[in-house]
Amino acid sequence: MQTRATGVSKEALKAVLLRNRVMLLKIAIHLLAFLPLFVLYFLAFTEQLGADPVEEVIHFTGMGAFNLLLISLLVTPVAKKYRQGYLLQIRRLVGLYSFTYAMFHLLNFLAFEVQFDLTLFFDEIIDRPYITVGMAALMILFSLAITSITALRRKMGTKWQKLHNGVYLAVLLIALHFFWSVKSDIVEPMIYFTMAVLLLILRKDKIKRWFKSS
Amino acid sequence: MLINTKKNHQLSEQQVTDESVYYGRRELLKKLGYLGAGSLLAQSASTNAGALDFFSSKEAEVFKRQALKFAPAGESLQILTPEAKISSHNNFYEFGTGKSDPVENAQGFKVNPWQLSISGEVDKPYTLGYDDLFKHFPLEERIYRLRCVEAWSMVIPWVGFGLAELIKKAAPNSRAKYVAFETLYDPEQMPGQKSRMGGGVQYPYVEGLRIDEAMNPLTFMSVGLYGKTLPAQNGAPIRLVVPWKYGFKSIKSIVGIKLVEHKPPTTWNILADREYGFYANVNPAVDHPRWSQASERRITTGGLFARNRIATLPFNGYGEEVAHLYKNMDLRKHY
Ligand code: HEM
Repeated sequence: MQTRATGVSKEALKAVLLRNRVMLLKIAIHLLAFLPLFVLYFLAFTEQLGADPVEEVIHFTGMGAFNLLLISLLVTPVAKKYRQGYLLQIRRLVGLYSFTYAMFHLLNFLAFEVQFDLTLFFDEIIDRPYITVGMAALMILFSLAITSITALRRKMGTKWQKLHNGVYLAVLLIALHFFWSVKSDIVEPMIYFTMAVLLLILRKDKIKRWFKSS
Repeated sequence: MLINTKKNHQLSEQQVTDESVYYGRRELLKKLGYLGAGSLLAQSASTNAGALDFFSSKEAEVFKRQALKFAPAGESLQILTPEAKISSHNNFYEFGTGKSDPVENAQGFKVNPWQLSISGEVDKPYTLGYDDLFKHFPLEERIYRLRCVEAWSMVIPWVGFGLAELIKKAAPNSRAKYVAFETLYDPEQMPGQKSRMGGGVQYPYVEGLRIDEAMNPLTFMSVGLYGKTLPAQNGAPIRLVVPWKYGFKSIKSIVGIKLVEHKPPTTWNILADREYGFYANVNPAVDHPRWSQASERRITTGGLFARNRIATLPFNGYGEEVAHLYKNMDLRKHY
């Protein structure tokens, strides 16, 4: 009797988990994406981030934004390959977190690096190629984040897909931004650039079609 | 909880925190970064396991520093950068390219025995051993501003002696027009040198000064910091300090000083001629392609919210002492 009972509850549990897998995945993403950000600012506010917390928060949020964007681009190929269509439902959340990190990245720069010296801020955006490129990427991410609202998405119809193809440009711009932001050690930017290109290669057919049709 | 180790908000961080804890916390963040948004991409299982024992890692070896006898500098008009910050925020690519890599990787650095040779266009070449570095010349303390090309700065109480004294002792001849410096090359001890191009830099690190720059009374050989011998990550046992030039000119852990006739090659100039000149005088009017040099963030006691962006001064504020060296030069061309 007893073994049978546990057998049933195990299966039931499995079924529940399966039914709620998207929600569970989303909770995991919230935790994995939000907690590090929370700890980062907790440590920064309490002066536990080393000699130059400014550099640290800029670096951490920049890397976080890029990592999350790459992960969001990995979702579709993985879902297709393993026929796990439900995965597509987490894409938006990961993408929005990437945008959130990117916004914090920009805010860090504005508030702590140039310390609200707006003249310097705009000069930097214009004068430093790596920042110009970063800003362009951020604008793209911004437009994608805004239009991720379901109602807007419906309204836009096919235009939505066109706009969201902009993410491919954004990821390349960010790879370039990273490349130009380092002084001499280009190993890590190279790795990231390669990852970005690989993710684009996985979509080569789509991108080709896109070029042809436009 | 783990992160709840802050003891007293009234005291500033570096006064209450034992150094290893100070660095340990950053370790925590690093690991969280990997665990979280950082990379689901490439981290091995072992790293993730490591994230659970935040503070237990490394710190087996600690670089030993000794107290020095020297003539003190007297009260500083500027707020000094705390010692813990000076010794945990370093560009010393021989020990890794991250700012906190050197403090982590240099703890086992062996500086005794050491040999510093002074040679080239001189009548009396000589070599200093480790103990000589602290005995041959009377030591004094100098509080200098250090301005990094990355647009941050610190105020640092060095201990050492004038480079001029070291050079005079070798009796340079008339062909000595420049001074060339070289850092130790020892990939066994300096992991950044393992690939000959670690961090994109060609090793050994080399630097140079014009002879009149080298003989200027401000130009300093530092063997100490905050009254003690230098931490390994700050360039122990002996380094150059040229306070009116960007920090990368102030070469660390020097083994060779050579008087030469022609302008010697310098590391960052070899790497990117357009970005880093031979002179590299602090100059707010000439931007680096990647950083505005008009202002800087002065790292002292404040944290994230410090309003510490200040105007950068020509020659880092040492114009009175050194501007005459460049009287007829176009410093936009000779950056
Ligand atoms: C207006 C927009 C942006 C500004 C002002 C900006 C600024 C910066 C700055 C100041 C750095 C540090 C460079 C240094 O170490 O000296 C940096 C690095 C970086 N940024 Fe951005 N950024 C922008 C947009 C973005 C976006 C949209 C992303 C990614 C989604 C991004 C990702 C990165 C990465 C991965 C790094 C390299 C990490 C580092 O070296 O610190 N940035 N950015």
